[in-house]
Amino acid sequence: MSLNEEVEVLRRVPLFARIDTAKLKLLAFTSERLVFPAGSELFHQGDAGDAAYILLGGEADILVDTPEGEIVVAEAPRHEFVGEIAILIDIPRTATVRARTELTTLVVTKETFLGMAAEFPDVAIEIMRELAQRLADTTEQLAAARAAARG
Amino acid sequence: MEQSIYRYVIRHSLRAQVVLTLLAVASFPFLYAFYEVPKQIVNQVIQGGQDDFPAVVLGASLSQIEYLFILCGGFLLLVVVNQAFKYVINVLAGRTGERMLRRLRYDLYSRVLRFPLPHFRKLSQGEIITMITAEVEPLGGFIGDAFKLPIFQGGYLLVILAFLLVQNWVMAAAAVALYPLQFYVVPKLQRRVNSFAKERVRLVRRLSDRIGETVSGVQEIRGNDTSAYERAAMSAALGEIYTVRLRIFIWKFVIKFLNNSINHLGPFCFYSIGGYFVIQGRLEIGTLMAAIAAHKDLAAPWKELLNYYQRREDARIKYEQVITQFSPSGMLDESLQLGPAPANARVSGELAASGLALRDDTGTTFLDGVSFRIPADARVAVVGAPGSGREELALVLARLMNPTSGALTIGGERSDRLHEGVTGRRLAFVGPQAFLFNATVRDNLLYGLKHEPAPDARPDPHWAAEAAIAGNSTDDVNGDWIDRSALGGDALPRLREVLELAELDGDVFELGLRGTVDAEGDLREGLLRARRAFRERLADPAIAALVERFDADRYNDNATVGENLLFGTPVGGGFDMERLAENAWVMEVLEAEGLVPLLLEAGRTVATTMLELFSGLPPGHSAFERFSFIDADDLPELQAVLDRAAQDGADGLGEEDRRRLLSLPFLLQPARHRLGVVDDDLRRRLLAARRRFAASLPESLRSRIQFFDAQRYNAAASIQDNILFGKVAYGQARAAERVKGLVTEVIDELGLRSAVIEAGLDYQVGIGGGRLGSVQRQKVGLARALLKRPDVLVLCDATAGLDGGTHERIAERVFRELEGRGIIWSLHRAELARGFDRVVVMQSGRVAESGPFEELDRDGSALRELLAAG
Repeated sequence: MSLNEEVEVLRRVPLFARIDTAKLKLLAFTSERLVFPAGSELFHQGDAGDAAYILLGGEADILVDTPEGEIVVAEAPRHEFVGEIAILIDIPRTATVRARTELTTLVVTKETFLGMAAEFPDVAIEIMRELAQRLADTTEQLAAARAAARG
Repeated sequence: MEQSIYRYVIRHSLRAQVVLTLLAVASFPFLYAFYEVPKQIVNQVIQGGQDDFPAVVLGASLSQIEYLFILCGGFLLLVVVNQAFKYVINVLAGRTGERMLRRLRYDLYSRVLRFPLPHFRKLSQGEIITMITAEVEPLGGFIGDAFKLPIFQGGYLLVILAFLLVQNWVMAAAAVALYPLQFYVVPKLQRRVNSFAKERVRLVRRLSDRIGETVSGVQEIRGNDTSAYERAAMSAALGEIYTVRLRIFIWKFVIKFLNNSINHLGPFCFYSIGGYFVIQGRLEIGTLMAAIAAHKDLAAPWKELLNYYQRREDARIKYEQVITQFSPSGMLDESLQLGPAPANARVSGELAASGLALRDDTGTTFLDGVSFRIPADARVAVVGAPGSGREELALVLARLMNPTSGALTIGGERSDRLHEGVTGRRLAFVGPQAFLFNATVRDNLLYGLKHEPAPDARPDPHWAAEAAIAGNSTDDVNGDWIDRSALGGDALPRLREVLELAELDGDVFELGLRGTVDAEGDLREGLLRARRAFRERLADPAIAALVERFDADRYNDNATVGENLLFGTPVGGGFDMERLAENAWVMEVLEAEGLVPLLLEAGRTVATTMLELFSGLPPGHSAFERFSFIDADDLPELQAVLDRAAQDGADGLGEEDRRRLLSLPFLLQPARHRLGVVDDDLRRRLLAARRRFAASLPESLRSRIQFFDAQRYNAAASIQDNILFGKVAYGQARAAERVKGLVTEVIDELGLRSAVIEAGLDYQVGIGGGRLGSVQRQKVGLARALLKRPDVLVLCDATAGLDGGTHERIAERVFRELEGRGIIWSLHRAELARGFDRVVVMQSGRVAESGPFEELDRDGSALRELLAAG
């Protein structure tokens, strides 16, 4: 996959939807592309986080450790950012991400990510929008869950 | 050290000074004759009448012509004799000066080694360096001249003066009439210049200090954007120096003006007074000529004398300034460092402190009334909050500082009277930041054993004799300094032991993998076997993707275009990977394969992409790091090249522009840079160029490259690269880490670990150990101390930079290694004091409590408080 193809993939990441091509190209160029064989972990719950991953190709599961053992909580959506929480705020990984098939990713280091946000206000605003959206979703889910619990 | 430079000179070079003085005095009669003979030639021979000849000289009868030539011959001989005297005297004086300069520098350096540690807080590194190097330099020249110059030049002056007086005293007296005035006024002016000079010395020292601070604190300056402030400070400092220097110049030229004017009074007197007497017939013309010649020579010694006076004042001030700085109170007694070390000394018994106090000159108290007795083989933890005095206590216990009052006895001997041969060999100290010397890891580890040269060392006798005259050390620095008895056998097994103790073996192993070794014989075979074994492992499809092996017939996407072309490692100069486009032979090969237009086009694509990506980015952006071959400053120039290429076509570009564009693709790694520039056609042609390059390489360049050859060891490449015989693939998760794991496995299976560690021990640590990480440096410091097998090991925050687990493992191993010996460990966390025989809790410079951990760990105790604080 060449740089231009990567840019095409990045364009489909919701977070980057409104960012112009030149900046996406720079992001692709400054980020390393890593291939994970099937079954290997991108990161493990509780690890310190130093990078986020953009899934370019392949499939991955999101898992959480529970007292009963690991359970799959979701499938990582294709063309999505995973692990960005840990680089925005310094907290350990909240979940494990494991490749189900061979997985091609773009590794966005903390410096690159924060650097982009600092340099291009568009990116920062887009991140805020995305996070606010997620917060709204979560609040809604929480309200629904409470309502369900009461009812 | 002597307080005055004259005393220093007399004490250390009396004999040379006497010889110089005697030589100077011995030269005077010849000098007088040198002026007398020309007068004779003119007055008696040339102007002599016919009836004076043949003259009878010393019983021989001589004609006028014969007499003329004999006197001229004598004159010539005197010229030679006088110049010979000058030559011998100058050489001897120069040698004496150089010896004294050598001695002075050595003495000063020797004092630095004995400074009390707090003195280094007052006297910076920059100041010490300038004083020993630049400031004392002129002293050497002065010392050579200290006695000889006034006597020789003064005598010279007197001889000429005497000659002039004998000829005609009126004329002579008039010629030198203003000399006393000069002698009075000039020194006065000179004193003014000197005070400025003193000021200049001080200012320049402060300047070098400032520059040193800038270099050390550059992170703070850049990190706080205070460069403007620093520039202003520099400007102020330079301004002050400028003003002072300007004043010095002005006054110097005033002095020069006075001197020259007065000196020209001489010729005035000769022409007027002398001329008058000649016309009157009361003075012969030959005498006047001789007098003028003599007076002309008078200026030189007079100038020298005045000059000497200036230099003397200068030297006196400089010497005194330097000596004051190098004579701090509390310096280690000379005999404790230079005297013979007690043989087979050991530290046993106990360490007893009574009323120890430590204060600095501002009156700040670090330790106060500290008393305790601990057995020399006990394990003692010292804990306390920052500023409690626990760090200072550790330094005092290691005898790196002496208490201001009170006494510490180590094995019954007062610590301040212990020879460094005991404290430096039987005690060991590891502080929070181990200093590493700019040498190999091995040298740094063995540093703690370099106490004295081997007894059978025989330095070059000629060299040693000269060193002895200058009072320098006569030990041969290149000899064997390692204390073999402390090592207990071969160095390598013991080194490996301490590496393991300090958990440094893994690090050194890794350094070894990155290091090169000129492997021969078994080792070469072993490493080649490792290469084959590694290749077998790569047959496993799960790991095959981790490494792309070198194959003469295949293009390697994980290597740069340049590496693919050369297919080897450059040796020495000849092929610079970064500047292959400037290499004539490389270009010839590319030309022959028709690659130049392709690469030019590739360069253009790369340049276009880079401009697209990087334009508008601030310099220093992380993206520049990834494209190491492009600098933010180069972008505008690159844009200009591209514009020209767009206008005139790539073929129309000038030589310089073509080279710029061509240089870009050489550093591309297709797997990494993903620019899509290196296509199959380019790969094919590069392979053809690779074959042509190797096949037709001129003989003269063959030694400049080691080709990748699966059957041969490549001494120019690292051990790891030799085993991989390929490139770690980009884009494979944790590839580098996994490859290292595999390489390590192979090395261990083939029993090559020792050889790799040896290569790692030869790793150069850089200035201050800068090529190692801070944790590694700390571990080297620890290993260095353990290598000595000290009787008592004093540690102060020695593991502060390490994580808790590592500390625990290392502490356990240190305890085991030093079974039956003493350990005093000043700890940054009270929790770590568990497991020690005894805990000393410090509080504001005093011992708050001491005893076993369990006893002290109770409610309300100082220890409990520290534990609670974490």
